[in-house]
Amino acid sequence: MYAFTYHKPTSARQAATLLAKKEDAKLLAGGHTLLPTMKQRLASPTALVDLGACADLKGISRKGRNLVIGAMTTHAEVASSAEVQEAIPALAFLAGSIGDPHVRHRGTIGGSVANNDPAADYPAALLALGATVVTNKRKLTAEEFFTGLYETALDEGEIITKVSFPLVSKAGYAKFRNPASRYAMVGVFVAKRGSDIRVTVTGAGEGGVFRWPEAEAALKARFAPKSLDGLKHTAKGINGDIHADADYRAHLIGVMTRQAVAQATGK
Amino acid sequence: MATVSLTVNGKAVTATIDPRTLLVQFLRENLRLTGTHVGCDTSQCGACLVHLDGKAVKSCTTLAVSVDGASVTTIEGLAAGDKLHPMQEAFREHHGLQCGFCTPGMIMSAVDMVNRRGHELDEKTIREDLDGNICRCTGYHNIVKAIAAGAEAMGKAGTPLRQAAE
Amino acid sequence: MSATGIGAAVRRKEDHRFITGQGRYTDDVNRPGQAHAYFLRSPHAHAKIRSIDTKAASGMPGVLGIFTGDDLATDKIGGLICGWMIHNKDGSPMRAGPHPALAQGKVRYVGDHVAVVVAETLAQARDAAEAIAVDYQELPAVVDTGKAIGAKTVVHDEAPDNSVFNWHLGDKDATEKAFKAAKHVTRLDLVNNRLVPNAMEPRAAVGDYDAGEGIFTLYTTSQNPHVARLVLSAFIGIAPENKLRVIAPDVGGGFGSKIFIYAEETVCVWAAKKVGRPVKWTADRTEAFLSDAHGRDHVTHAELATDAEGKILAMRVHTTANLGAYLSTFSSSVPTYLYAPLLSGQYDIPAIYCEVDAVYTNTAPVDAYRGAGRPEATFVVERLIEVTARQLGKDPAKFRMLNYIKKFPHQTPVIMMYDAGNYGASLKKALEMIDYKGLGKRKRDSARAGKLRGIGFSSYIEACGIAPSAAVGSLGAGVGLWESAEVRVNPVGTVEVLTGSHSHGQGHETTFAQLVSDRLGIPIDNVSIVHGDTDKVQMGMGTYGSRSGAVGMSAIFKALDKVIAKGKKVAAHVLEADEADIDFADGHFSVKGTDRKLDFGSCALQAYVAHKFNGQELEPGLKEGAFYDPTNFTFPAGVHICEVEIDPDTGVTRIERWAAVDDFGNVINPMIVEGQVHGGIAQGVGQALLEGARYNADGQLVTASFMDYTMPRADDLPSFDVGMTVTPCPSNPLGIKGCGEAGAIASPPAVINAITDALGHEDIAMPATPQAVWRAAQKSISRQAAE
Repeated sequence: MYAFTYHKPTSARQAATLLAKKEDAKLLAGGHTLLPTMKQRLASPTALVDLGACADLKGISRKGRNLVIGAMTTHAEVASSAEVQEAIPALAFLAGSIGDPHVRHRGTIGGSVANNDPAADYPAALLALGATVVTNKRKLTAEEFFTGLYETALDEGEIITKVSFPLVSKAGYAKFRNPASRYAMVGVFVAKRGSDIRVTVTGAGEGGVFRWPEAEAALKARFAPKSLDGLKHTAKGINGDIHADADYRAHLIGVMTRQAVAQATGK
Repeated sequence: MATVSLTVNGKAVTATIDPRTLLVQFLRENLRLTGTHVGCDTSQCGACLVHLDGKAVKSCTTLAVSVDGASVTTIEGLAAGDKLHPMQEAFREHHGLQCGFCTPGMIMSAVDMVNRRGHELDEKTIREDLDGNICRCTGYHNIVKAIAAGAEAMGKAGTPLRQAAE
Repeated sequence: MSATGIGAAVRRKEDHRFITGQGRYTDDVNRPGQAHAYFLRSPHAHAKIRSIDTKAASGMPGVLGIFTGDDLATDKIGGLICGWMIHNKDGSPMRAGPHPALAQGKVRYVGDHVAVVVAETLAQARDAAEAIAVDYQELPAVVDTGKAIGAKTVVHDEAPDNSVFNWHLGDKDATEKAFKAAKHVTRLDLVNNRLVPNAMEPRAAVGDYDAGEGIFTLYTTSQNPHVARLVLSAFIGIAPENKLRVIAPDVGGGFGSKIFIYAEETVCVWAAKKVGRPVKWTADRTEAFLSDAHGRDHVTHAELATDAEGKILAMRVHTTANLGAYLSTFSSSVPTYLYAPLLSGQYDIPAIYCEVDAVYTNTAPVDAYRGAGRPEATFVVERLIEVTARQLGKDPAKFRMLNYIKKFPHQTPVIMMYDAGNYGASLKKALEMIDYKGLGKRKRDSARAGKLRGIGFSSYIEACGIAPSAAVGSLGAGVGLWESAEVRVNPVGTVEVLTGSHSHGQGHETTFAQLVSDRLGIPIDNVSIVHGDTDKVQMGMGTYGSRSGAVGMSAIFKALDKVIAKGKKVAAHVLEADEADIDFADGHFSVKGTDRKLDFGSCALQAYVAHKFNGQELEPGLKEGAFYDPTNFTFPAGVHICEVEIDPDTGVTRIERWAAVDDFGNVINPMIVEGQVHGGIAQGVGQALLEGARYNADGQLVTASFMDYTMPRADDLPSFDVGMTVTPCPSNPLGIKGCGEAGAIASPPAVINAITDALGHEDIAMPATPQAVWRAAQKSISRQAAE
């Protein structure tokens, strides 16, 4: 690691002030992407603003037909939350599948969403569930928020404060893990809210998380795994690497979508 | 430089450190608690696991300064004096270790697993829950047996789910 | 059998320190005033170094010294050596290029050592290393094993066609003749994938220099500290042996990768004198991936000839072995004498011919990794056997039984004289354990669930107990492979045993103590095993090749014989009897036909007080040493059967059952032996399903962390059903064969044979990743559709 100065504000407002004041400052949430990158000397922020003491960024609550999760809520907290398990069980399941138990004790939803790693799980859930990313400055839909590989609509000095998930009638998540890293090689989140059906894919897209309109259309007729029979995702625009080329990943998108729908429908 | 105060294995410690000091470096180099190991750079192997306020975390991916005020338990703090923790006992009894390098992390992971999942752990649960710990020696066969037995023993012994030191 | 004696599952004495965090590994060693080393490594696979400018870096904060290959040369520090001379077919010696600890003029793989910075802190050393300006002239890289010979790019001028050697073993003419007469020939092209050992403890070294005494001390992660001292003294020239102490404290796994003498430890101990401070270096995991010696990496064409009844007539093998950019310490022996002599497997094969081309490439050096040559041989043999059985329409178990060697001793056509074994017994037991009879139903059940089930066999043999010194010397080894032991009995009867073996997970502190406790009849807690320090143990050859039981313990056995013999002399005086009338059993010396006896501790005391005998006729004290040189290799063998279920939709292979039956001869501690089997299987399954080191065409290692190199995790593996048969080894006093590598040797072909059985075709390479298996399964499905 290169040297940096360390700051620990106690509120999002203080954090924003610090972030604005320090040049090349970065926010530290759970640290499970940033710190390894800094250890490899691939990132060299001159200041770290640790959000760990910002109580206003934590917590899970139901607000009417929405589930609201504070940005600094850990994956373990989301996974084990009775509130989440009741409201959107697939979201709890997803959070409980991120990394390993120890990573889940530190990693946060805000950190994951802000990083927009193409192999991260949360972006699929946000996009499928039609979530809203709330920052210290504005509200963004998931579509507006995720703009590309490791790219988001966040401006300099903007801090995610919470993510709001509208409730759905059915949802499911299935992923095929990269055998080495255990990140999502293909992760598919399906959600049904009345006739609004969304199928989102993480881990596989050259440009990060994306929706699969053909599958959404097929599921509109009947929300069941069988509706997807014969449906294949194209390999165009799909990632290839040493673990999985584009064809195989494209195939897995179909398999994972069927599994996710099966989970959502309790089959 | 930054000042950090922690409770480590029940003892209060305060030190002035470079903010880039990782928790594992602080434990190994400042406190000379060398039971916590470093086996990778990518937060995967789990050799560096410690309990932070009762929860297992990777101390190689945690800044010491960011856990100021917290309570840390390392492998050195798990036994109650001369009396081994039931999970330590189980690893010995079931030959759950060979070279011993991953062992502190494995044991801290196992205790955390019991804290999260209770005293009755089946093989599938244990194997899936161990995905943050890598061992190159044992093929995990005896680690799985040790954790199942250790979990049961913790139940019988009434070992508090969160250690007193935490 | 006593509760702590030979054959008992004694819980390990060493465990207490490991489970309480009190182990002391090299990185746990901190010397007063210690500085830190950081190695600047080549980012290129192949390049000329035009210049290295260290000026700016030298002035950076905390820097104590920056050194390059020129500095080593100035101090007449020699290069790293390869300790096994192989001769070409034409009798000429192998072509070895120099292997400087820090590059001189050229870098030959990504991770090659260019310079070292020693500074007050590691961060400062790394900061300064980034300020070193190296002017590289990049050269094209040669990476592919199969394309190295005759490539335009030359790794070493000494080997202009990149051929290190072209070597052979066996009777070519007899083999050709047998193939001509054959009714059936099986032909296979096989790749034995390159692996990274990945002991969980990364390599580390702490060099220290005592200017007053002129003595260097090196703490290092070594499986054989005495061999390290020998090489560092006699060949590299750090200091004479009496001025160099090498300590290998607790070592966190080795698997072969810590046998070798590496650049980093050489430089750390040398630099300690240069900067006048202790110097510590610890690899991070990426450095380990780049610079630890890798394993395997063979490309092989193999053929097996049989007669009309399925009796094997001959085997013909050509292998190209990638040795990387430099010859590591024992690299040349791995694809030669540790490989081809095992090609007879457990089978009666009248003629075998094997030719090996070893090549230089711009990749990390390749050397012994768990099994070393024997897994590669077993993979060839057991794939050939399985495929032949399938092609002949024979049951693979029955086909093996038909061709097993049944009479011992058995001379194979490739050097080895198998001394004992009962291969059919292991197979029979393994078939029962896996419920072979129920396989048909299990296959049908899987098919109904849309899955593919397959079974795979592996009847492996290995040559361990390495090895009779004169024999290996005649084959090119630069060292003898005996082992030493010294038994020091203290006046009150407690015992220290100094051994040249080194434990890095094997549990010697327990098993060796069991032997001593058993033979001397003393409590196991009264026995301490001392190893890993050249100042304590005079000389030893270390631990690798499953040799520490068969060779290391035999040395202790021999020294104990001497202790007991001396004890009898002392007891004879004390008990006032004739020495010939003294028996020793259950910890007591006794006079035949009387009830007069002396316990071992009292005898020891008498030996030291020396009141009851004439010190001129009988030396006081009780301390004996022995060097044991093996009379033969040992031949552990067994049968592993793997049953898999494949999900053709995802390509995921799950191992459903694993039955292992091993014949390790006599077993000292079954708990520890089973643990060795489990770990070995896991590494073999890793090779078959998960692991593969991959370089791209530019010679960049694309699997340089656990993010990309798949280490076996708990949920990748099943629990294993491990059984044993026992035919004692006639070649050592304990009847031990060795167990450390068996699992890694046996398992890869068992897995691949199971997968190919499930798929119905042979077209799958290691590692059989989900993607590869999915693709192969699609092929099976389209073939079935076509039929």
